[in-house]
Amino acid sequence: MSTALVAALIGLADDHLILGHRLSEWCGHAPMLEEDLAMPNIALDLIGQARGLYTYAGELEGAGRDEDTLAFGRLERAYRNLLICELPNGDFAQTMLRQFYFATFMHLFWQKVECSTDTTLAAIAAKAVKEAQYHRRHCAEWVIRLGDGTDESAVRMHEAVTLLAPYTGEFFIADPEAGGAVAAGVLPQIQTLQPAWQADVEQVFAAAKLALPQAVYAQKGGRRGLHTEAMGHLLAQLQFMQRSFPDMTW
Amino acid sequence: MSEAEEIPLWEVFIRPRNGLAHRHCGSLHAADAEMALQAARDVYTRRGEGLSVWVIPSAQIVASDPQDRDLLFDPADDKIYRHPSFYNIPDDVGHM
Repeated sequence: MSTALVAALIGLADDHLILGHRLSEWCGHAPMLEEDLAMPNIALDLIGQARGLYTYAGELEGAGRDEDTLAFGRLERAYRNLLICELPNGDFAQTMLRQFYFATFMHLFWQKVECSTDTTLAAIAAKAVKEAQYHRRHCAEWVIRLGDGTDESAVRMHEAVTLLAPYTGEFFIADPEAGGAVAAGVLPQIQTLQPAWQADVEQVFAAAKLALPQAVYAQKGGRRGLHTEAMGHLLAQLQFMQRSFPDMTW
Repeated sequence: MSEAEEIPLWEVFIRPRNGLAHRHCGSLHAADAEMALQAARDVYTRRGEGLSVWVIPSAQIVASDPQDRDLLFDPADDKIYRHPSFYNIPDDVGHM
């Protein structure tokens, strides 16, 4: 099970690293100063969670890979993050809706992992669950205000809903690598989180006066290393320093 | 219309520890009370500064006119007897 758990943890860590990197791209470009601090705050939480997961995965693997090697030293196909995490930021509405979807999912996920039979993971979850809960609240408030805001913000939020619709199904596709860990009670059965996630999204959409997206084909492949066109460009930035000056520290 | 005109200004007060009073620490822009509270958390408590946050619409604060400073505050300058500095405090008492 250990090899499979390592792979599942790296996939989970990749979600947080890649989305955290995306969010950090807003630093200095947010529509208002307050959000220019709020979004990097969330990004730092996500990267902190990624660090814990990478470090633990490296320990379990026992092959001498530390958090930096895992974060910066792999090729594109070795990253196993969900596709929604690597999508370009788009406008503020798109970024907030993506973050709301992800935070809602992760809040449910970490609540389950708090009861994991693996005590290290349970400890990571105990910290992360509070962070995810705040992210969910913050982003939900923005989704409501943009959806039920001005004519322009409503149009943009509606476009974001349509654009992201193909990428939410992948949350609930069981990771083939994680089967053993699920059976051992280390990780939750991902499909069981969907009803609660759906209910939460519906509640926020109702408050935001947003129509739910039509059911569309769910894009998938991230967990197998099959990424969108955007991923290579993201990694070029993310890995630049370590590729140019291997093992550098500061 | 500029952003400043559209989005109201709020004053932020933070209580750093139990037993202390909330202290003014700055201001921010937010569309409404809930967003102001979240922005205050994100902008002013990043380094563990607070246990409690208040936000108040800046427009609700009634302030003294700077031009009235002399008439309001100068009369207190020469009333040194209001400062309890004439008492001898026994050493044993320490700081009061």
